[in-house]
Amino acid sequence: MRIVAAMSGGVDSSVAAALLAEEGHDVVGLSMQLHDQREGDVQFGSCCTLDDLHDARRVADRLGIPHYIVNFERQFDEHVVSHFVRDYVAARTPIPCVRCNGDLKFTTLLGRARGLDAQAVATGHYAQVERSADGAYLLKRGVDRAKDQSYFLFTLTQAQLARARFPLGARSKPEVRAYAEARRLPVARKPDSHEICFVPDGDHAAFIERRAPDAVRPGRIVDAAGRTLGRHAGVHRFTVGQRRGLGLAGHTPLYVTALDAAAARVTVGPRSALERTTLRAAEVNWIAGRPPSGPLRVTAQIRHRHPAAAARVSPLEDGAAQVRFDAPQPAIAPGQAVVFYEDATVLGGGWIAG
Amino acid sequence: MGGMHVYLDHNATTPLASAALETVVAVLRGEFGNASSVHAFGQTAKSRIDGARAAVAELIGARPQEIVFTSGGTEADNLAIRGVAEAAGPRRHLVASAIEHEAVLDTLKALGKRGWATTLLPVDRRGIVTPEALEAALTPETALVSIMHANNEIGTIQPVAELAALARRRGAVFHTDAVQAVGKVPIAVDRLGVDLLSLSAHKFNGPQGAGALWVRRGRRLVAATTGGGQERRRRAGTENVAAIAGLGAAARIARAKLESGLDDVAALRDRLEAGILAEVPGAAVNGDPARRVPNTTNISFDGVEAEALLIALDLEGVAVSTGSACSSGTLEPSHVLRAMGLSPHRTQNSIRFSLGLGNSAEQIDRVVEIMPRVVGKLRALSRTGQHVGA
Repeated sequence: MRIVAAMSGGVDSSVAAALLAEEGHDVVGLSMQLHDQREGDVQFGSCCTLDDLHDARRVADRLGIPHYIVNFERQFDEHVVSHFVRDYVAARTPIPCVRCNGDLKFTTLLGRARGLDAQAVATGHYAQVERSADGAYLLKRGVDRAKDQSYFLFTLTQAQLARARFPLGARSKPEVRAYAEARRLPVARKPDSHEICFVPDGDHAAFIERRAPDAVRPGRIVDAAGRTLGRHAGVHRFTVGQRRGLGLAGHTPLYVTALDAAAARVTVGPRSALERTTLRAAEVNWIAGRPPSGPLRVTAQIRHRHPAAAARVSPLEDGAAQVRFDAPQPAIAPGQAVVFYEDATVLGGGWIAG
Repeated sequence: MGGMHVYLDHNATTPLASAALETVVAVLRGEFGNASSVHAFGQTAKSRIDGARAAVAELIGARPQEIVFTSGGTEADNLAIRGVAEAAGPRRHLVASAIEHEAVLDTLKALGKRGWATTLLPVDRRGIVTPEALEAALTPETALVSIMHANNEIGTIQPVAELAALARRRGAVFHTDAVQAVGKVPIAVDRLGVDLLSLSAHKFNGPQGAGALWVRRGRRLVAATTGGGQERRRRAGTENVAAIAGLGAAARIARAKLESGLDDVAALRDRLEAGILAEVPGAAVNGDPARRVPNTTNISFDGVEAEALLIALDLEGVAVSTGSACSSGTLEPSHVLRAMGLSPHRTQNSIRFSLGLGNSAEQIDRVVEIMPRVVGKLRALSRTGQHVGA
C-alpha cells in the first residue's frame, strides 16, 4: 500500500516513516514547507525550518524512499496562523497544533496524498486508531501516556481517521529513540521540539503585535470587584491562569481569572478564584460522527498537560456541549480544547468557549 | 506502473555526452597538471584548456582569446554584469528583462542596493521583450543591458540582435545570458551583435562546474576574482581542467549536431506537445509557439497544482519541472509566467517539459499515455476542495 509519511525532520515522524517502510509499504515522504524560507531568516524555530527539511531529506535518503517538499505556506497561514492571531486578539488561548493536524495534515496533505495514489497519511503522533466491531474508527491515547497526543487530534472525522496512520501509538518515546539509533537515522539524537513552530522565540505577544498591530489595545487590570489595579498592553499577552507578567505588587499572588477583549480588561484574583466546575464547549466533534443521545460520564481534559478529570458532558444544540466536572478545575482557558475520554478512547472534543 | 524512467528536465541539467565523459575521465585519471606551470605537466593541462577554448569559440563564432572560463552560467552572468558595471564609470544604470534567470535578476538587485539604478523590462503575452520597451528604458546613463537569449522556463527566444543593436547605438554594453540557447540553436556572436554572452556546459551535455563568458575584444571588464591572473586576468584561480575539457568536448559535439541538422529533438517535443494537447483537456501552451528553442514546451493544466503534478509524475517515473529549480525547494509562482501577464492561477499550474539526449518516441508516447490519468485524478481531488469525503 502506498502511504504518505508527513516528515517534519524530527525523530518521531522519521521513525514513523521508517516503521512503515520496514513493514514493506510503499512510503512517500512529504515535508510541508509552511513558511517562506527564501530570505534565510530564522523566524521558524524548532520545526519546519530549512534545516528540518534537510533532515527529513536525509532520513528519506537513508530509508531509500522518495521525498518531496510541498509548499503549504498559503494554507498554513489561512488555517493555522490567522486563527492563532484571531484567537489571541479575542482573548482566547489557541492551540495551533490542533488546526494544523485537522485542517492541514489530514485535509490538505491528505488530499495531496490521494492525488499520489496513497491510501493513507502517517504522522509521528503518539496516538492510536483502532476499528471497533461495527466498523467505526476509534481514536485512542498513545501507549506512552507522557507523550500521548490524542488531545491534539480530537477534530478528526471518521473519514480522516480511516486514512490516518500513527505508527508510534503503541510505542514509548525511549523505544522510538532506540529504534532511530538502531536504524542509524541521522536525527536519532535531535532534541524534541516544544514551542509553537512559527513563534520560535516563544514571544507570541510580539508575534501577534507584528501580525495584527491594529487589534492590539492597552487596557486596565482589575480585581473581581472592578477596581483598577494596573494597566496592560493588550489582552493577547494574557492567558487565564497566568501569574507572571502582571506587573502588580501585592501580598498574595494574583492570577488572571478572566479576559474581556471588547473591554480590553484583564481580571485578576487569588488562586481560589481560578477554579470552576462548568464550561461550555463549542464546535464539538464527536469521533463517532454524531453526538450521543444524552449526557455521558467521561474524563475531560482541558489542556495538553491536564490530568483528565471526571465530568458529565451533555450535548447541546448547534454542536456545543456543557461540561460539569465532579470537582472544580483550575484555569479553564477559553480557546483551549476540552477533550472527552472514556478510559483511553477519545469520544470527542470541542473548543472551550466560556 | 512500469519501470521506465523518462527524463524531461534537460533545461535543469543534461546527461553527459559519452565523448565529454571520456574526456573528463581521461583528464582526472591521467593528467593532474596545473595549467600555469611551465613544465610538461602544466603544458598538458594548458593544451586541454586551449583545445576547449577553441571549441567553445567555434560553437559561438568567436575568437578563442575572447572566452573566459568560469564555474558555470551563474558565475558568467555575475562576471558580466558586475564586471561591466564596475568598469562603466559614470554610467550607473543597468537594464534587464523581467524574465531573466535569478543569476541576472539577483545580481542586479544586489547592485541596486549598492547604488546602481536598475530597470526591469516588461515582456509581452508570449514572453518577448519588445524593442519599444527597451527604447523607453534606455538613458544616457545606461551602462549595461542584459537580456537572455532563450528563456529557461518557456524556451522563448528573444530578438537579441535587434535589442543589442538598439542598446549599442545608445552607448550601452549588451550582455546575453545564452545558457539555454547554446547547443540548442546556432549562435554567432557577430550576427547577434552582442558584447558579452554567458554559456554553461551542463546545459548541453557537458559536465556541471564549467561555463564560459564570451567577452568581445576591447570590452572593459573588472575581474570578480583576483589572484594568479588566469583567464587573461578576468577570472583568477586554478582552472577546473577536467570540466573545461569536458565543456570543449560537449561544444564540439553540439556544433556537429547543429551543423548536421539531424537533431530530432524538435520533432519529439512537438509530438509530446501535440499529444498532451489532444489527450488532456484544459491544457494550453505558454510562451511563443514559433520563436522558441526546439526542446522546450511549457504547458498549463487548468485546475491542477503544478507542484502536485510534478510529484505525481515523478512517482510515475517522469521527471519534469515547474520552472527554475531552486535549492531550497521553494515553489513560488513563476516570475516568468507572471511577467507575461498570466493569471496567478495559471502561473501555478504550469509544467515545463524539456527534452534532450536520450529521449525517444517511445518515451514520449508513454508520457502522453499517462498524462490524462494523472491530471484527471488531481483534478477530481481539487474539485472536492481538497476535503476528504467519506
